[in-house]
Amino acid sequence: MSEKPKNTEKPKNTEKAERQRLSVFKTYKLYVGGKFPRSESGRVYEVTDTEGNWLANAPLSSRKDARDAVVAARKAFGGWSGATAYNRGQVLYRVAEMLEGRRDQFVREVADAEGLSKSKAAMVVDAAIDRWVWYAGWTDKIAQVVGGGNPVAGPYFNLSTPEPTGVVVVLAPQESSFLGLVSVIAPVIATGNTVIVIASEKSPLPALSLGEVLATSDVPGGVVNVLSGKTAEIAAPLAAHQDVNAIDLAGADDVLAKELEVAAADNLKRVVRPQAVDYPDYFANPGIERLTAFLETKTVWHPTGALGASGSSY
Amino acid sequence: MTTENTEKRSSAFAYAPAPESRSVVDIAPSYGLFIDGEFVEAADGRVFKTVSPSTEEVLSEIAQAGEADVDRAVKAARKAFGKWSALPGSERAKYLFRIARIIQERSRELAVLETLDNGKPIKETRDADLPLVAAHFFYYAGWADKLDHAGFGANPRPLGVAGQVIPWNFPLLMLAWKIAPALATGNTVVLKPAETTPLSALFFADICRQAGLPKGVVNILPGYGSAGAALVEHPDVNKVAFTGSTAVGKAIARQVAGTRKKVTLELGGKGANIVFDDAPIDQAVEGIVSGIFFNQGQVCCAGSRLLVQESIQDELLDSLKRRLSTLRLGDPLDKNTDIGAINSAEQLSRITSLVEQGEAEGAERWSPACELPSAGYWFAPTLFTNVTQAHTIARDEIFGPVLSVLSFRTPDEAVAKANNSQYGLSAGIWTEKGSRILAVANKLRAGVIWSNTFNKFDPTSPFGGYKESGFGREGGRHGLEAYLDV
Repeated sequence: MSEKPKNTEKPKNTEKAERQRLSVFKTYKLYVGGKFPRSESGRVYEVTDTEGNWLANAPLSSRKDARDAVVAARKAFGGWSGATAYNRGQVLYRVAEMLEGRRDQFVREVADAEGLSKSKAAMVVDAAIDRWVWYAGWTDKIAQVVGGGNPVAGPYFNLSTPEPTGVVVVLAPQESSFLGLVSVIAPVIATGNTVIVIASEKSPLPALSLGEVLATSDVPGGVVNVLSGKTAEIAAPLAAHQDVNAIDLAGADDVLAKELEVAAADNLKRVVRPQAVDYPDYFANPGIERLTAFLETKTVWHPTGALGASGSSY
Repeated sequence: MTTENTEKRSSAFAYAPAPESRSVVDIAPSYGLFIDGEFVEAADGRVFKTVSPSTEEVLSEIAQAGEADVDRAVKAARKAFGKWSALPGSERAKYLFRIARIIQERSRELAVLETLDNGKPIKETRDADLPLVAAHFFYYAGWADKLDHAGFGANPRPLGVAGQVIPWNFPLLMLAWKIAPALATGNTVVLKPAETTPLSALFFADICRQAGLPKGVVNILPGYGSAGAALVEHPDVNKVAFTGSTAVGKAIARQVAGTRKKVTLELGGKGANIVFDDAPIDQAVEGIVSGIFFNQGQVCCAGSRLLVQESIQDELLDSLKRRLSTLRLGDPLDKNTDIGAINSAEQLSRITSLVEQGEAEGAERWSPACELPSAGYWFAPTLFTNVTQAHTIARDEIFGPVLSVLSFRTPDEAVAKANNSQYGLSAGIWTEKGSRILAVANKLRAGVIWSNTFNKFDPTSPFGGYKESGFGREGGRHGLEAYLDV
């Protein structure tokens, strides 16, 4: 433990008459399969603010935690991908409601994590909540935008529809601990995938708190799994995992990205290479690239029968 | 093909030979690489021979591209990219329309050529490959001046030089799938056809010349896997498109790791063709036959696993065997031939060894009585029963005229078995019950589902796989994405 705990300073703002009260610390935990385990390894690491003040001990996830998360995400995939798009939209919107209710907590955590002023942090958190709402509205629209009937030259009904790819691993952006995080999680689950997200290594607390929000938002357990720890250490077994279908390398540097892409080739995971997610203008809409990156297109053919020149064939 | 049955029938009704004339195609004794609008020799002067799989006759001697040639072709494509991508879409469209029309005009010649070089029946090159090739160019020609409306935002930009590697099973069709969208979106291309089927791509180079396509926009480099690898690795290639085996696809995914190259991969498959007890049996049998024996089964989306509901298994297999006994195997240039030659000696030995493994693992092998020509590479249509999911022939792609038959009892079991594969390219569903079609289609993890039909293709229709069958889609609006900066 480096510095004296920051949280203990908070009571000094309260009125003098009030008894000095010792605040209650929070033990930050992983969020896996709808539960809040400590790391299987029992390890933690120190999380500090940008000035080096101790904030909390975060779980240092192990390979086993990563594998457990894949099992949970796979188990949840059938139910989540099979839910109606309308229902998924409702659930995602519910997450935004919960986030709004916990807005002050996230503003504090983001301010600490990223060294922002309270007003700047508030702007970032608002943008993240709004972005979540934006993606919530996409669940029942994306199929109409990227799918549709194909006018084939023959008597066939022929329809292309998007379907979720499956279990997606996301390396959350390292710098943007909350807006960046939301920007990579929301599009993945909006389209019916399930996700294992590796929080920002330096600033994992907003991500771990998001787990608490998700647990109280009707998001089925296992749909989102949050791991904290060393990004490279957790990502390596996940990129090589045969039951993972896709990986978003937002939080990887070039060296790690290349290593993970090589591992991902082993079962031909879909790979999204590192790219900015939080945009200079927080309020700009992020486009649908991250939605479509984790979709497969399924094309179904069926004879229609046709009235040819020679007469009826149906 | 002759069986006792057909011999009996043949006395009353025999087919006379009906060969298509070879005179419509003029194959030169040698061909160069097509780089920057010219046919040139390989830098190191190497050549290879391409043979006709049905006769083993040497058709021509072809320059063999090496690393230096790849570099030269990529430079030519890079040089051509500026002007080509700056052309108004409507102008690019006109070039593509010209190509489409010339293909139609020369389609009989190209069909015969393809049959000679590939070994597939003229019936298929004439009625399936060539019409689809022309249709692809027509379809993507129309997109060239409408890219703003393709759903990728305003003014989507081309990527640059596309390196494309295609297989030998549909040489000209795979070329069309790759080149048409690349050119429509303003990219320039370097394409490597397979070493066993280089000819139609070289004839296509001539079509580009006839169409007046600017030099360097299309470059064709016949060669082996090493040339393909050099193309994929070339630092000035912006986009890699590959159709072929899953093993090579994985190697490519590793090669491009850490680069910014955009990649699409169309890889292997082990398609499940599911027949329910209420299926129209005769139609299902036709669909099973076209599903696995079309192009001698050398199709990535072949329906190579037949899943039949237990209650109709005997009836269906009787019908299927009866139908297989009527297939005609032989000279691919004969218009009545159903089954042509296997593409190469190498492929034949791969099929043979997998089939032997199937027998060794305890599956029951059946083929109709069948006389194979003495020269060339041939394999009789083959059916395996007593197959379990653990058998190699139920898991590995054979890429030949070999069908593995498994059974199931409930729709859930059919879905589970169908999805029990590393692949996810195609599947078939045969039932008269609409809700069952939709429910099962919904649950199958495959990119193309044919219900009450099989092996249908169309340029407007996105095609591609789930899982280890690769990523990206070719065809349709979706096919544009691979060549745009989106």
